[in-house]
Amino acid sequence: MNQQVISLDSVARSGKAGGGCSSSGHGSCGSSEGPGDMPIEVWEKIKDHPCYSEEAHHYFARMHVAVAPACNIQCNYCNRKYDCSNESRPGVVSEKLTPEQAARKVIAVASKVPQLSVLGIAGPGDALANPHKTFKTFEMVAKALPHIKLCLSTNGLALPDHVDTIKDFNVDHVTITISAVDPEVGQHIYPWIFYDHKRYTGIEAATILLERQLKGLEMLVQAGILVKVNSVLIPGINDDHMEEVNRVVKSKGAFLHNVMPLISDPAHGTHFGLTGQRGPTPMELQAVQEKLEGGAKLMRHCRQCRADAVGLLGEDLGADFTLDKIEEEPVFDPANREMYVSVVEKDRADRHAAEDAARAKVVLSDGAKPLLVAVATKGGGRINQHFGHAKEFQLFEVDGRQVKFLGVRRADNYCKGGYGEDEALDPIIKALDGVSAVLVARIGDCPKQTLAEAGVTVIDDYAHEYIEASALAWWNRIMSSVNDAVMASA
Amino acid sequence: MAYKIVASQCTGCGACEFECPNKAISEKGGVFVINPDKCTECKGHFDEAQCTAVCPVDGTCIPA
Repeated sequence: MNQQVISLDSVARSGKAGGGCSSSGHGSCGSSEGPGDMPIEVWEKIKDHPCYSEEAHHYFARMHVAVAPACNIQCNYCNRKYDCSNESRPGVVSEKLTPEQAARKVIAVASKVPQLSVLGIAGPGDALANPHKTFKTFEMVAKALPHIKLCLSTNGLALPDHVDTIKDFNVDHVTITISAVDPEVGQHIYPWIFYDHKRYTGIEAATILLERQLKGLEMLVQAGILVKVNSVLIPGINDDHMEEVNRVVKSKGAFLHNVMPLISDPAHGTHFGLTGQRGPTPMELQAVQEKLEGGAKLMRHCRQCRADAVGLLGEDLGADFTLDKIEEEPVFDPANREMYVSVVEKDRADRHAAEDAARAKVVLSDGAKPLLVAVATKGGGRINQHFGHAKEFQLFEVDGRQVKFLGVRRADNYCKGGYGEDEALDPIIKALDGVSAVLVARIGDCPKQTLAEAGVTVIDDYAHEYIEASALAWWNRIMSSVNDAVMASA
Repeated sequence: MAYKIVASQCTGCGACEFECPNKAISEKGGVFVINPDKCTECKGHFDEAQCTAVCPVDGTCIPA
């Protein structure tokens, strides 16, 4: 089957499709976040947006440009003094850009990476605390690359003042970070805000910030702009409060709610890092997300990327596109992009068809239960990553009918410079807590055995095939062998 | 009287530049500096020095 597979990667690089690529409509929509889950006009807006659509994040890329270094509030989880190119977390950036430099960079990336669909401005400060730089960048990019969707991320303090401009610039999506909807909780997250020429602290600061955030959210929804709300999950501070946040932002019209784990390390120099406030474990995060199911739609594929990230979620090509490496006047060729989009349309339909075919073969029995499976992928919705090269694993719950995306577990590369180190497996084993099997493109015999001893089964039988179809086939295999065992012992 | 910016602590974010009512702040080599001839410590404009109030690193925008 491998010979027939059109590698999206190869299309992206060469600009040539490997086979016929007549465009057809979307396939069936059994998977989550497919077009069946939402109004068609919303689906049209998000279907190529990697941050808003779980499905799109397998195919389309985003980039952030760091044109907005200034901020108007202080958060206890943020410190913009430190930059390390090896770190991946919001607020971190290696190169600050002027709007002119940013536009040049976006065009350079678009000309080399046809997956690029979205330009976001997410700091490293606050996009709307730097409104001239943010909107100047949007203006220049919209002129050169009309197909690129624009989005911005904000703490919301300045938001009500800019909703009209956001609408004028055709910004499609806005993300507001709201980690509390009660100033009693908020005061432990935000030590101060700068508003109307004055620094406010404590409960007063948290009260003003919340008022402005909710007002901005309502105004955006009224203006027809899709709003995602990000919340930072901080154990002991807002974990018990997250259901309330979810309820409030949903009632105000937020389209998606993204609960992200606090990233906390003393070396980052943040208040939380220095005072020993820990982040949630993957299981704690998952438990909170599960409690919120049924409220505002949850986003689970966020990678908390840097304020200058470039590429598919989970990868960062930023280092390849620093100012010294891009051309003075890069040229964008729309033909490459169009070819890529048509290949993706075809591939999406094939992926759905493969899933339906796999589902049809599943034998459901009384003893059937949902199982967790982890997948190593580098995009395209396929199991196409070597175990040792995986920086993260995507987690799915399979119950024979559905393959539900649950989130991402980070794991540092096991394979460094060609050598796998056994100690490096421990954090990976920990990250895979609760997982029944790991589907990968390849794995060496030695780590495979070490993992098996730790109770983690790694399977490479589904190399380069679609994730959902493979997960269903694997589930069916496990369940039928369980049934056979029961029959044999009876 | 004027304020100054402790260069070793400045993150270069430029938040102060936007807020200064006297256009006394500008970038120099990646960090920001205050022109003491233009700085009025915000007297007559605001109750508190704007650069100090907005700066993300405490103790960085201080009286010279």
